[in-house]
Amino acid sequence: MNNTILEIDNVQKSFGGLKALHDLNLKIEEGKVHAIIGPNGAGKSTMLNVCIGQLAPDSGTVTFNGENMIGKAPHEINQAGISRVFQTPEIFPDLSLLQNVMITAFATREGAFKMNLFRSLSNETEIEDEACQILTEIGLMGKQHSHAGSLSRGDKRRLELAMCLVQHPKLLLLDEPTAGMARHDTNKTIDLLMKIKEGGMTKIIIEHDMHVVFSVADHISVLAQGTIIASGTPDEIKGSPKVQEAYLGGAHL
Amino acid sequence: MKTPTIKQDMVVMLIFSAVILTMPVWLEPLGASYPDLLQKFAIFGIFAVGYNILFGLTGYLSFGHAAFLGIGSYTAVWSFKLLTMNILPALVFSVLLSGLFALLIGFITLRRSGIYFSILTLAFAQMSYNLAYSVLTPITNGETGLQLARDDARILDRLFSEAGEGLPSTDFFGFSMSGYSGFYICAVLLIIAFFISQRIFHSPFGTKLRAIKSNQTRMKYTGYNTKPYLLTAFVISGMYAGLAGGLMAATDPLAGAERMQWTASGEVVLMTILGGVGTLIGPMLGVGIIKYFENIFSALNEQALHQAYAFMPDWLATVMVTLTSPFVGEGWHLTLGALFVLIVIFLPGGIMEGMNLIKKRFSKKEAEPSPTEKATETGQ
Ligand SMILES: Nc1ncnc2c1ncn2[C@@H]1O[C@H](COP(=O)(O)OP(=O)(O)OP(=O)(O)O)[C@@H](O)[C@H]1O
Ligand SMILES: [Mg+2]
Repeated sequence: MNNTILEIDNVQKSFGGLKALHDLNLKIEEGKVHAIIGPNGAGKSTMLNVCIGQLAPDSGTVTFNGENMIGKAPHEINQAGISRVFQTPEIFPDLSLLQNVMITAFATREGAFKMNLFRSLSNETEIEDEACQILTEIGLMGKQHSHAGSLSRGDKRRLELAMCLVQHPKLLLLDEPTAGMARHDTNKTIDLLMKIKEGGMTKIIIEHDMHVVFSVADHISVLAQGTIIASGTPDEIKGSPKVQEAYLGGAHL
Repeated sequence: MKTPTIKQDMVVMLIFSAVILTMPVWLEPLGASYPDLLQKFAIFGIFAVGYNILFGLTGYLSFGHAAFLGIGSYTAVWSFKLLTMNILPALVFSVLLSGLFALLIGFITLRRSGIYFSILTLAFAQMSYNLAYSVLTPITNGETGLQLARDDARILDRLFSEAGEGLPSTDFFGFSMSGYSGFYICAVLLIIAFFISQRIFHSPFGTKLRAIKSNQTRMKYTGYNTKPYLLTAFVISGMYAGLAGGLMAATDPLAGAERMQWTASGEVVLMTILGGVGTLIGPMLGVGIIKYFENIFSALNEQALHQAYAFMPDWLATVMVTLTSPFVGEGWHLTLGALFVLIVIFLPGGIMEGMNLIKKRFSKKEAEPSPTEKATETGQ
């Protein structure tokens, strides 16, 4: 029996009259890749927003590593060990790729605030090496000194993934990490995700691309209309008539 | 877009120091080498370089930094009155006190960002300005301004010598603050101020500030508490302003509330933008240009204009004088305003951006730069 690293308990969230999350319960096991699938507007991103402190739920709790996350500031939640790749890439467009990755690495090493006014960034070779290594793995090395803002959408997404990976989070939240990528890049991203899977990092991955979902997930939950309607291993989900009906519409998997 | 190495930074420092210290020489042909103006260059340089640490790195546009300038000036004059005419304690107190006020004001104003932050800082500065004229008159001496008097206490000076005839003058351990020695003292402080700003720009801290400017949301979800970063930048820039204010009083021991007026806050915004916000050297260029032309334009009057247009036919000269006279003398601020409009519309990156464009034009003739190179050049 594995440990539960994240537990979402009875979370409700409404926007006006719209119930975006409704009696949401979910347990994520440590070290597993947990995929969340569901139709557009099901509440997948909203669920992640609640987990990282971007949104306060109307009620319910989110427990990470035995600690309640509700009411904590976003930076405290990140420092606790949760990093997120957003659905629309959130990077630092005015900095170089290398600086983007180095900045995130500093956050993990130095904490939420550190006044190192007089060190030179160019002397931070240890962090720079680590950043370069990750950029190499993700295939962005060579562009490390260009503006992150000049990247294509797919490359921005990969950069954001690199920024999260360099933090070695306990829990990595991926909101459609391959959307907008060419097939070739999608495959590379899958390879990378498989590789870090062996590292034991827990991941929640939201994905519409079933090819990606079934290649990486240990466990799949189906979210529809703000609540989990089915949960199980990939095989169980494939075989579930309820899922076929609610989400996949009988499509072949 | 690489962060420069320490070696490259040192080369820049050497060149910068050389250029600043030789100002009396190379500004001679421009007629701008007299001490008063040179001191102004250096003092406003400190103000703008510090302001750029806040505005340039974090993007937070403060419209109230003149308040710290004023606080620095009042503090310095009080130090001259109570302690000693030596500028060292005066400057130390100016920097500390304005830093303290910046901490307080920053703590409140940084609760908001964008235009609301700007308005809050403006409101605070105008409050300080009004207080200086009203409730705080015992400290500021109201409209007359705070001045030295012969019977001031000057405790430290009295320990060593009797009060002399007439008003004493400011000095730094025997070096007078007037004339060229005054300029060199300001210049050395400017070089130190620039050095500190350069270190901050190229430190992890400075890069984090630029990251906040670039995407504060990302910063928060990356694990940073952005508020103390912003507050630190605010306090540092406030201390720079305090030092500049202290130096203004040190070169001319008089402090008035008009130093805190919004026009003074606006001027530093203008200098920074004109030169190139967020670049190391830009604000210094902005200061040089604005103070140089202020010096020329505000000295002009109608008579001088008539002389300047003397080569034209009479009727044309009259037309030209009528057209240009609103822009000179008292009208200098009109020129400044017009200049600002032109810069913001046509060259929002300031002179530094203009120079980059020219550089690119030239290098293009030799070789078409690749897209990555293009992206690299616009950095820093
Ligand atoms: N900040 C908000 N304010 C109002 N409504 C919102 C907000 N965020 C999300 N919603 C609504 O909540 C519902 C769930 O949105 P959410 O973004 O979580 O869906 P999703 O499952 O991520 O969909 P997609 O697959 O399209 O990304 C949608 O109907 C959306 O319009
Ligand atoms: Mg979504």
